[in-house]
Amino acid sequence: MSFVLIAEQILNGLQFGIMLFLMSAGLTLIFGVMGLINLAHGSLYMIGAFLAATVASATGSFILALAAALSGAALAGAIVEMTIIRKLYNRDHLDQVLATFALILIFSEGTRWVFGSFPLYLDVPSYLQGAVKLPGGIQYPLYRITLIVFGLIIGAGLSLLITKTRLGIQIRAGENDREMVSALGVNISKLYTFVFALGAALAGLAGALVGAIQSVEVGMGEPVLILAFVVIVIGGIGSIKGALIGSTLVGLTDTLGGIFLPKFFSLFMDLATATNVGSSIASMSIYILMSIVLVWRPTGLFGQKV
Amino acid sequence: MIKERHLNIFVLGLLIFVPIFAYWNDQPFTITLMTRAVIFAIAAVGLNLALGTGGFISFGHAAFFGLGGYVMGILAWHSQNYVTLVEWPILIEGTKSMPIIWIITIAASALLAAIIGMISLKTTGVYFIMITLAFAQMMYYFSTSWSAYGGEDGLSIYVRNNFPGLNTLDPIQFFSICCVILLIVLFFMGRLIKSPFGLALNASRQSRQRIEAVGFDFHKLQLTAFILSGAITGLSGALFADLNRFVSPSMFSWQLSGEFIVFIIIGGVGRLFGPVIGALIFVWLEHLIGGVSDYWHIFLGFILLAIVLFGKGGIIGLLCQEDAQHE
Repeated sequence: MSFVLIAEQILNGLQFGIMLFLMSAGLTLIFGVMGLINLAHGSLYMIGAFLAATVASATGSFILALAAALSGAALAGAIVEMTIIRKLYNRDHLDQVLATFALILIFSEGTRWVFGSFPLYLDVPSYLQGAVKLPGGIQYPLYRITLIVFGLIIGAGLSLLITKTRLGIQIRAGENDREMVSALGVNISKLYTFVFALGAALAGLAGALVGAIQSVEVGMGEPVLILAFVVIVIGGIGSIKGALIGSTLVGLTDTLGGIFLPKFFSLFMDLATATNVGSSIASMSIYILMSIVLVWRPTGLFGQKV
Repeated sequence: MIKERHLNIFVLGLLIFVPIFAYWNDQPFTITLMTRAVIFAIAAVGLNLALGTGGFISFGHAAFFGLGGYVMGILAWHSQNYVTLVEWPILIEGTKSMPIIWIITIAASALLAAIIGMISLKTTGVYFIMITLAFAQMMYYFSTSWSAYGGEDGLSIYVRNNFPGLNTLDPIQFFSICCVILLIVLFFMGRLIKSPFGLALNASRQSRQRIEAVGFDFHKLQLTAFILSGAITGLSGALFADLNRFVSPSMFSWQLSGEFIVFIIIGGVGRLFGPVIGALIFVWLEHLIGGVSDYWHIFLGFILLAIVLFGKGGIIGLLCQEDAQHE
């Protein structure tokens, strides 16, 4: 257990957390502004990854692939919002859950129909391959460092958009009182479409970025979606800041738990049992974290009182 | 327009006569299909108590379904491999006896429901949906990483468990066991929703303030309903594992939790026979469209979307004029 290993694992956890943040930021924004629980957010993540893999293999350009993922997912989000999601804003949560569950089925099977069941691969571009040397003698993959930096830039951009621009003011006002906002002359349905497409674009981007380190396959979105739910339950629904803190916590807990819990148990068990028990408990660690936060603060760390 | 009671009797008739007809015509596959539908119906009847009557949407009932499956799998695995389950402080052996497995399953699922309920019922609405989903996912990952009982590969049970006096490997006899359990659960549920507890639970969905004003403990009502609901769904999981003679982490999958809700919506929320009708139609469609196209989930998606956007009250709401106890 060296310092280098610990530092690498912390960076891995951060990278995972930042990618979760891109997912959960959109999800929490959509819930905060429109009051909609969107299970199909994971499908948009998948669409981004598939578009990126297709464009990358056709053109060979990673930048074009990312642009395709971003714009394609945003477009898909806007279309879905205008045709189906729009009808759900005034419905109860059960209807929202079912309709977006139906969308998952349609998107997943549709993708399987077009691309087949075999996973696609998206390569890390040559200029981002290899490792960088960090202070303290840590060798860390350049691509993962790029993900962390890129994610932080997007997070900063998002928070600037929400706090400093006119559009951000309208979005925040929409969270508080939608009738008042539309009475003041803001086209609320356009605003909703924009927020949904923004969330979709972030999800699609995350899918494309992660697609280069994992395989691109049908059903890749839902495990991430459920983790993003855990994130926003921890952070508090509707809070971007909560999503950032929550995703970092979840990313670190998941990564570090998987490495350190088996080692921890091996202090007082034989190795085989310790690996078994440790990895079983590690697989539950983020949910235990969520339970603790909930018992302590039922509306999450930064959630408003219901 | 027909009366809901008549529709229910018709469904009961289907449950009894389709398998008998299939038995006479020597179509064991149809009987197995019906058994599958009946087991799903039990799971969804359990969920309907929480979702329909209680009004809290659990998106994690696969946690109980899977737990039921694993209770059965673990007990039977120990029995078939002659490995003792617990050696200390008391000696416990595995078992292949269905009634004993059911009792342990019900107790284990009720315990899990109590733990999940105590944490997640602190919240409401969307938080509750996400948290129940997360807990089911936790069970899923726990089962995949627990290599002592098969991990991702699951557990195979070579011979179906025993029920005194019956040959459970015979499809029609196993169907009869499941069907009788469904009828008992339906009878129990019919009595329960008309009992003071059921009426109070129904009222608690409509107005928390009023139910508290007349002196009920809101949380206790919800938690009791959640525990009962989880126990019933858990029992169906043990039956499902017995039907397939196989348990795997996929019994914990979130798709299954979603499908349980779909059964209720197809049939009708808050109706006693809603989940039964929904499960029958679902299994029938799965067989029918699944036989034509590999991508039957696309069709399911569009059907579901149409039901949510345009239909209200599911099949029962469409056919019967009476309002559900719901609304």
